[in-house]
This record gives sequence, C-alpha cells and structure tokens, in this order.
Amino acid sequence: MIGLAHYLLIGAVLFGLGLFGLLTKRNLIALLMSIELMLNSVNINLVAFSRFTAIDAASGQVFSLFIIAVAAAEVAVGLALAYAIHRGRSTVSVDEIDWLKW
Amino acid sequence: MNGGVAHTLAFYFLAGVTLAAAAGVVFKRNLVHSAFLLSVTFLGVAGLYMTLEAEFLAAVQALVYSGAVAILVVIGVMLTQRSDMGQSNPPNAMIAVGGLASLAIVGVIVWAVLGTDWKTGGGKVVTVADIGRRFLTDFAPPFEAVALLLLAALIGAVVLFKGGKAQS
Amino acid sequence: MWVDFSLTHAWLIPLLPALAFVVISFLLLRSPWLASRLAILAMASSFVLAVGAGYAVLTRGITVEAPFVMKTVWLSIPGLKVDMGVLIDPIAATLLFVVTLITLLVLIYSTGYMAGDPGYCRFFAFISLFAASMLGLVIATNFLQMFIFWELVGLCSYLLIGFYFFKISAREAGKKAFMTTRIGDFGLLLGILLLQITFRTLDFAELGVKVPAYVAEYGAETMTFIAILLFIGPVAKSGQFPLHVWLPDAMEGPTPVSALIHAATMVAAGVYLIARAYFIFSTTPEAMMVIAVVGGFTALFAATIALVQNDIKRILAYSTLSQLGYMVMAMGIGAMTAGMFHLMTHAFFKALLFLAAGSVIHAMANEQDIWKMGRLKDKMPVTTWTFVIGALALAGIPPLSGFWSKDEILLGAFASGHMGLYLLGTLVAFLTAFYMFRLIFVAYFGSNKGGEHAHESPLVMTVPLVILAVLAVVAGFVGSPLMDYAFAHYVTYPGAVHHDPNIMVMVISALVAIAGIILAWAIYQKELISHLALREKFQGIYTLLYNKYYIDEIYHWLGQRFIDGTARVLFWFDIYVVNGLVNGIAALTGGAGKVLRYTETGQVQTYAGYMLVGVIVIVGLVLIAGFAMLI
Repeated sequence: MIGLAHYLLIGAVLFGLGLFGLLTKRNLIALLMSIELMLNSVNINLVAFSRFTAIDAASGQVFSLFIIAVAAAEVAVGLALAYAIHRGRSTVSVDEIDWLKW
Repeated sequence: MNGGVAHTLAFYFLAGVTLAAAAGVVFKRNLVHSAFLLSVTFLGVAGLYMTLEAEFLAAVQALVYSGAVAILVVIGVMLTQRSDMGQSNPPNAMIAVGGLASLAIVGVIVWAVLGTDWKTGGGKVVTVADIGRRFLTDFAPPFEAVALLLLAALIGAVVLFKGGKAQS
Repeated sequence: MWVDFSLTHAWLIPLLPALAFVVISFLLLRSPWLASRLAILAMASSFVLAVGAGYAVLTRGITVEAPFVMKTVWLSIPGLKVDMGVLIDPIAATLLFVVTLITLLVLIYSTGYMAGDPGYCRFFAFISLFAASMLGLVIATNFLQMFIFWELVGLCSYLLIGFYFFKISAREAGKKAFMTTRIGDFGLLLGILLLQITFRTLDFAELGVKVPAYVAEYGAETMTFIAILLFIGPVAKSGQFPLHVWLPDAMEGPTPVSALIHAATMVAAGVYLIARAYFIFSTTPEAMMVIAVVGGFTALFAATIALVQNDIKRILAYSTLSQLGYMVMAMGIGAMTAGMFHLMTHAFFKALLFLAAGSVIHAMANEQDIWKMGRLKDKMPVTTWTFVIGALALAGIPPLSGFWSKDEILLGAFASGHMGLYLLGTLVAFLTAFYMFRLIFVAYFGSNKGGEHAHESPLVMTVPLVILAVLAVVAGFVGSPLMDYAFAHYVTYPGAVHHDPNIMVMVISALVAIAGIILAWAIYQKELISHLALREKFQGIYTLLYNKYYIDEIYHWLGQRFIDGTARVLFWFDIYVVNGLVNGIAALTGGAGKVLRYTETGQVQTYAGYMLVGVIVIVGLVLIAGFAMLI
C-alpha cells in the first residue's frame, strides 16, 4: 500500500536531483529549471502531508498554490534577468557571470 | 481509490516518469531536451497530485507549470541560445562535489523519513470550495500579497526584457 | 527687607553675571551696546546684593564662627556627599563687595577702553563669566564647589589673557597661565582628595569641627601634608614663587582684564582659599612657616625685578606679585585679618593703577615703555593724579589705605616674633615706594617727549578712576586704629590675636616709603645720580633682574631636558608599541581579507554550495540535539 513515506521519498529524490542540477549546471536557464524541480519536490511533500495527516488538510494545498504562484513569478523574473544578462554579455554561462566578487 | 492495485501501479508509474524526466532535465546536454523533459516532470507531478486526490492542484500544476512555466523556459532558451544546441547545457567542474552534497542531503532526508514514526490517518479529501474559502478567510492577507507579488514580477519582467536606456 | 532679601538670595550674586554671560554669548554677540549694558546691569545688581549681604553680616550678627549657610544636596553617592550652596561670613562678604565693585568699575571703564574692538561683546561675556566664577568661588560651602569655580576662574583667565588670540604672544601667555595654574590645581585637588579620604567630608563647617579634633588626637603630620598640598593651589593662582611666571605674561590680555586679574578675581582666589581654609592651615605651624617664607620670598623677589622693568604693565605686574607675597606672608605668620585687609585695599589701588595705566596706554596708542612717555601730567591730569594716589597708597604713605594694611602685616610679623620677615617686609616697602615712583617720575613727570600727543581719556574711563582713587584713600580707615580696627572685629578667625598698635612700626614703615620716594625723585627727576651710571656700575645685577632671574629660561631648559626627554621615550613607545599594535591589528585584518577573498569567486554556485554546507551543519546539529534529547 502506498503511504506518506513513499511520497516523501519521491520528494527527497526530486529535491536531490534539483540540488545536483543547481550545483553543477553551467547554463543559467538550467539553474532555473533545477530550482523549479526543488520547488515541485516541496509541493509534493506539502500535498502528501495534507492528504495523510489529520492536522489541517486544506492549508497544505493552499501553501502549494502559494508556492506555485511564487515559482511562476520567480521564473518570469529569472528568465528576464537571464535575457538581460545575455543581452549585455552575450552569455548565460554562470561560470562567466562572476561580477559578484570584489 | 486509495489502496487499490490500480492506485499502486499508477503511483509507481507516475513516480518513475517524474524521476526519470527530472534526471533527464539535469543530465541532458541539450537544453531544449531539458526544457521539454521539465514539462514532462511537471505533468508527472500533476499525476502524483491526482493520486493524492488533489485534483484542483493537479489542474493548476498542469496549467501553470507545464503550460506556462515550461513554455516560458523554452522561450528563454530560444532567446539566449545561438550556438550548438547539442552542447548547450554542460555541467561545470563541481560534479563530484555537487553529487556528494546532493547525495548527502537525500541520504539525510531518506534516513529521517524512514526513521520517523509518521502519525498518519484521518486525512480527508479537500475540495476546491475548501481551498477557495481558505484563501478568502484565513489566508486573505498572503493571498493579496501574492497578487501584489505577481504584479511586481510582471512589471519587473517587462522592464528587464525591455532593457534600460543605458544598455540600448 | 532688602538686606534680608540679599542674604537669602545671595546665590543670585554669581548667577546674574553668569546669566549675562549666557545671554550675551548666545544672543547679543552682534549688539555691542546691549551686551555691555546687560553686563553692567547684571554686575550692578550683584553689587547691590553684595552690599546688602555685607550689611546683613554687619547687622545680623553673622560672624566667622557662625556664618550664614544655605545649601542643598548636589551629589550623593555612598562615601561622597557634596552640597552646593551659599556660605556668607565676613570674609566672604568682604570679597563679594570688593569683587562686584571692582568688576563693575572695570566693566564701565571697558565700555570706553574697548570701544571699537572687534571682540567687544565677547569681552563683556567673558568678564561676566570671570566675575561669576570668582563670586561662586567666594560663596562656596565646601571644597569641591570651590574647586569647580576655581577651575572656571582658571578657564576664564585663559580666555581673557588670550583674548587677542590673533597675537602669538597672547596665545602663548594664555596657555602659560593655564598650564601653570594647572600645576597648582593638581596639588589643590590632591589636597582636597586627601581631605575627603581622611575626613569623609569636604564641607567647611564640618571640617572646621573635625580637623582640630583630628589634630588633637593624632598630631599634625597628616594635616601638614594636606595643608602644603592645598597651598600649592594658591601658590599658582596667586602667583607665588616658583609658579609666578604666568602673572607678568598675563599682561597680554586687554588692560581691564589685567586690572581684574590682578585686583579682584584671579589672584585674590588663592589668598581667599588660604583664608577660607585657615582652620586647616592654622593647625600646623610647619605649613604656616612654609606659607610665610614663600610669601616673604615672593614679595622681595618680585619687588627687586620690578626695580628695573621698563614696561608700565610689567612693573605693575611684579608689584602685584610682591604685594601678593605680602598677603600670603601675612597668612603664614598668623595675621589672616591683616592679609585679608591688605587684599581689599590692594584690590582698590591696584585696580586703580592698572586702569590708569590702561588709560595711558590707550592715549599713547598702545605704547607701554615708560621711557617713551613723559610729561603726561600736563596732558592727562586725571589719569596722572589718580595714578599718583594709587602709587602713594601702594607705597604705604599715611594715611592712604595701603599704609594701614601694610602696617597691620608688618605689625603682625613684628609682634609675633618673626623678625626676619618683618625686616624683609620693611625692605620690600622701601623697594615698592622706589619702583612705583621711578615709574611715575619717568612716565608722568619725565622730560621725554613721548607724551606730547596724548589726550585725556573719556569720562567712562576717568570716572571709575576717580571712584577707585577715593576708595584707595579711604578704604584703609575701616581697619585703622582711627576706627578702632572695625575690619578686624569682623574678618577674623577663632583664636586670632590682635596686636596693639606699635608707633615704631608705623613710623618706620612710613619713613622707608618716603625714603624710597625721595630716592626715586633724586635719581629719576632731579637726576642727582645718573641712573645710567648706576646701571653701568651694577651691570651684573641689573642684567639678572632685568631678565627676571632667568626663571623663564630655567623653566624652558628644564622643560627641554625633562619634558622633551620623556616625550622622546613616549614617542618611541607610541611609534613602536601603540602604532605597532594598531598597525598589527590592521595588518591582521587586511591579511585575513586577502586570504579569504579567494573564497569569493563571484560564482553563484559556489555561494549555493556554501549555503548547502550551512544547511547540512544546521540539520546535523538539530538531529544530534534531537537524539541527545531522546537519550
């Protein structure tokens, strides 16, 4: 029988994949994708908790919806930033985007 | 629905699709492939929501993520990639470190999940009406805040895409 | 009613000039007329109150043993309780009267003398603060209150001596006055601290009870030590040897300031402190001896210097030193009454002499060399004759005020068996008469042409001169046998002995003064003996005196040897230890930054990695803590 733990493990693996992508990809847009994966893993956890525990079913889904909204805003701004950087520097490779140092 | 063989099969199928597609997003060297696999991942997650009896959320997931976010990502790829698509999504030098760190995190979470005695049961199905009521009562302030956030993100994205005068 | 009001509102006496200072410095710096009138009004009100308080002392039975005291707790912490208040006794009342009167006259005089000066308003503000500080000092009920005002007086002297701050010499003189008096203040502060430690109180009334009891029980050794420390304060403030060097240089200030410093406010503070703390000094014969000898030596020392100086204000300055030596000597030989009496009479005639000298300098376009003056008596009759009256009083010619007060001191020395000091005092009286009339015969009656273009000063300047001249003549009578020593009945201390008048002492002091005048007349007016020939003959002594015994040079040499040596050591310490420490810390920080900046790659993924490490650490700690709690 499928229980809470199954979903949590799916979420954990998805999160790990997202984190791995975040740390290892060079393309700025790929980083954004990885972040989306991590957000999705969180959403899975939230919904699974709301389904399997008696705490407060609706609020889990409400939080998921908030996260979806925030993620949408984030990806829109993030892509705009990537495009702006690309226009100025002709690259979206984060290796080359290193102006954050002294 | 919960507990049946069909449900179990559906879960494993969806979980497999989701994780495989996510792995593809991360490991594929072609950014366009990654973008499309991202869409598949989102759809898989939407399916998982279905198995959790969160139909509204599944619909939103399919619409917002697969429909909007994934398409936005594709457009982003289109606008920023000029050269060889086949090598458009290379990994950097941190593969070993990143892999170890990610495995460590996953290990810790798995260990925590498996080591915890989850007090399950008593969960109930959530309807759209419940969610809507919550949005307009307990969560009204954050709801409004998210509306404002979306507006700000909209304007910000437009401004950034359009570019400042200094760059033109 | 006015009398009672004056007494119970005596705190207004210093407060009014202080308020005038505040108002002038914050509101009236651009309106000279208002500023000077306000300062004069405040001082006149204080004068009226001081007269009222003085009258109250005479009529309400207030004596030194039973002073009028009003006080309130100002500061109270365990082990230290300090009051602020008003203490009026005959000594304080005398000084209140003298200070307010002389300051008032100086202020009136200054409206003429300082006219057109760019610092006109500032001048009146400072003078008001100066007077306020001095008056606050006079009415202090304890040593700490006194010390606060004592320091304020020192500050004001710095401000006023350095009044012409654009002149380097004035700045230097201001600094010199401040630094020199600081040395004395240090000794005074040590003495005050010792008093607090020994007696757990600084209140004059309480100390007056505890000190004699302490001396009776434990002997006077501690008190001698404390008394000598306390005495260092007056040594500096009242210009006693060896801390007298600032006073002649204080001439750099405007002349009314000199008059104020030399007559009423600054130097009187030291003598007043001795009088106020007389119950401490009088317990230790050793300290009294030190005081008497220092005073007597200063009197002779300064008088000899005054013999050969050429600057009109410098002669007066050394004469002040000499007269202060007299007062201090009087304190030391137990004639406190005589010292205070001389302080009062001296305040009148010395203020007169300085203001008259200022009038001359004003008329001579800032010329101060007496040899470049001459025949001033024709051009400036009022100034000349008031100056002569002041000089006669200073020289101790009967029946002017200086005669009575000087006679009291000499009588005190003679009758108490201090024969050496008596002879010294008599010699100083002779020298005083000589140098004062040398000044007069050269500058006012001399044949030099310098005074041709001089003109008499305006009324605001001459009227104060005339008032002071009258006081210089009559002020002595209050302490003379003619009025049955009225002054001595009030200004006295427990156990004081008043000696019977001694005709011989009087006659001798008058005779030596007259002899001094005649000698000066013979040398400088009739030129029976050429002063140039005298100078040739005693070249060595002349040079020594002219250069003031090279005291300044000795101090300078000592300063170079010791202070510069110390400074060199400290400089080395500063460069290599302090700077080394500071630079070392800076270098450490900089070096750490240089190393750590390589962690700042600018790569977002590196930062994400750091975040991850942080998360892992936190999760690990939480888990460990969780398990620890389970166990």
